Amino acid sequence: MGEETRPDPPAGKTFEQRLGEARTRSGMDPQPVSDSAVDRSSLGLVMRVGVELVAAVVVGAAIGWGLDRWLGLRPLFLILFVLLGGIAGIVNVWRLVAPGPGTR
Amino acid sequence: MAAADNKIDALGQFELHPVLGPLGAQLHLSQSVLYMLLSSVLILLFLYLGMRPRAVVPGRFQAAAEIAYEFIYDMASDQIGHDGKRFFPFVFTLFFFILVGNYVGLIPGSFTYTSHIAVTAALALMVFFLALIVALVSQGMKFFGHFMPEGAPIAMAPLLVPIEILTFLSRPVSLSIRLFANMVAGHVMFEMFAAFTIMLGGLHLIGPVLGVAPLIVNMALMALELLVGALQAYVFAILTCIYLREATAH
Repeated sequence: MGEETRPDPPAGKTFEQRLGEARTRSGMDPQPVSDSAVDRSSLGLVMRVGVELVAAVVVGAAIGWGLDRWLGLRPLFLILFVLLGGIAGIVNVWRLVAPGPGTR
Repeated sequence: MAAADNKIDALGQFELHPVLGPLGAQLHLSQSVLYMLLSSVLILLFLYLGMRPRAVVPGRFQAAAEIAYEFIYDMASDQIGHDGKRFFPFVFTLFFFILVGNYVGLIPGSFTYTSHIAVTAALALMVFFLALIVALVSQGMKFFGHFMPEGAPIAMAPLLVPIEILTFLSRPVSLSIRLFANMVAGHVMFEMFAAFTIMLGGLHLIGPVLGVAPLIVNMALMALELLVGALQAYVFAILTCIYLREATAH
């Protein structure tokens, strides 16, 4: 009976180690910090990237269209600002995913 | 309702109608406003009832209220920096207004006010102008220097400055479109799959059996939307913090 419930301690393991293992098994010790915080922010990042790219183009198109209406130079500013908007969108995404400091 | 005469009216759910009878019609009170009021009351009730016991060892409800408070407090003070505490009430209000709006909208038959671009754009513009005013107050004229990246040759200015201005102006647009589009997409999918169930139900013998499949999809979608609702509120709040940090920096 005693042998089954309490096997001989394996050599090389101290009491603290075995106690630690037993506590982890029964869930008494706090689990190692999960990476849910990382998951959350990276999921948030994924959500941001796509829209970020489009939004700048939308703003660029709106400004270009407005300038054209005002100055009557259709479609010069529309073309110019859609291109600039596209660049700005890529800059946005780059700032979002760029590694290290220097990102804003 | 949606699948009457075999047409899927996926966008009808976003239409505004006057509510609360003749009085509501007189006041032009739409469901959107009604659910905003409801959400605000829910948030206030949650905080009031949660914090009323004032126990040193909190019960479940008080613990939930404290976690909600501390989550946003940590976010604001971590992200914004030493000025974070000043903006904490704003970020807290914003986060819970969006979160509760998203979640209340998931109750079948209710209305999601965050699925209207008018609402999300108003929230995003509020954030944008707050950040702009804070930046102008704390940085003064130096703020405009940020539109020219440091170390770039002056000859590049005609190209770089418009790009920087566009990046800056695209913020409220991306902020509002992200929330609005996510909510609309989610609710359109709900409507589509619910309509599939009704349509399949009308098919002779096998229909009711096949109709279970879209129902299961809708259950999975509900889980997804619970995640998306919280995530969108989180993204909105954290971006507000980031914009405010940039405004207060330097």
